[in-house]
Amino acid sequence: MLYFIVGLGGIFGALTRYLIGISFTQTWEYPFPLPTLLINLIGCFLLSWLITYLSRRKIFPHEVVTGIGTGYIGAFTTFSTFSVESISLIKTGYYSLSLVYILLSLLGGLVTSWLGYQLGERMMFNYKLKAKEDAE
Amino acid sequence: MILHLLQVSIGGFLGATARFFISNMAKKNISSSLPIGTLCINWIGSFLLGFITGRNFTITWALLFGTGFMGAFTTFSTLNLELIQLLKSKKWTSFGLYLTLTYLVGLILAYLGLIAAIERD
Repeated sequence: MLYFIVGLGGIFGALTRYLIGISFTQTWEYPFPLPTLLINLIGCFLLSWLITYLSRRKIFPHEVVTGIGTGYIGAFTTFSTFSVESISLIKTGYYSLSLVYILLSLLGGLVTSWLGYQLGERMMFNYKLKAKEDAE
Repeated sequence: MILHLLQVSIGGFLGATARFFISNMAKKNISSSLPIGTLCINWIGSFLLGFITGRNFTITWALLFGTGFMGAFTTFSTLNLELIQLLKSKKWTSFGLYLTLTYLVGLILAYLGLIAAIERD
């Protein structure tokens, strides 16, 4: 059952990524793969926040959180597209652009994940504080 | 358009469940501070997407296996979450190793996939 829920999340994650990609092809005419970068950075932030806050609050059942985290966000972000795009940039002679893309993905992914983590920790802290105050 | 959405959906469903299966297997059977499951998934996916891209498949196969399956199979968010967790638990060596292995080998494998796709007479 859990596999089915993760798969369901995977459908919507892949679809969201595909539709964002399509909407960019009409407006974004540069070789730099901006849609993948944005998708990956947004996903990093959301997953870290989800794991540090939402899953610990236990508002939703464990299956739903796994469906959203592992299924939806996991399928929304992608490593394979990133690596193939980086190599394709090199093969077409965009050396510096490829380097910028790799560095922005690498550092940006760490920074956005860290931000999501910090926000989640802070929200969890405030929640516990409020729960304690309410109890007193 | 509807057909394209369906192809991405089928690939997305299978890619996400395959990733979930492999990472569960890896967690159960391999005891390492490195997330071996995600590492292998991203390596395999990089090579195969390189191959699919290099072969210039029809739009149907590209959407089903490329955008759908490989896109959902590999993951960037879990990779970075795992990296942050390694940092938080002060496992500096594992952090450095995981980051280097993922990016360096992942990029090399994507290149090899593209090269392997070139048909020779």
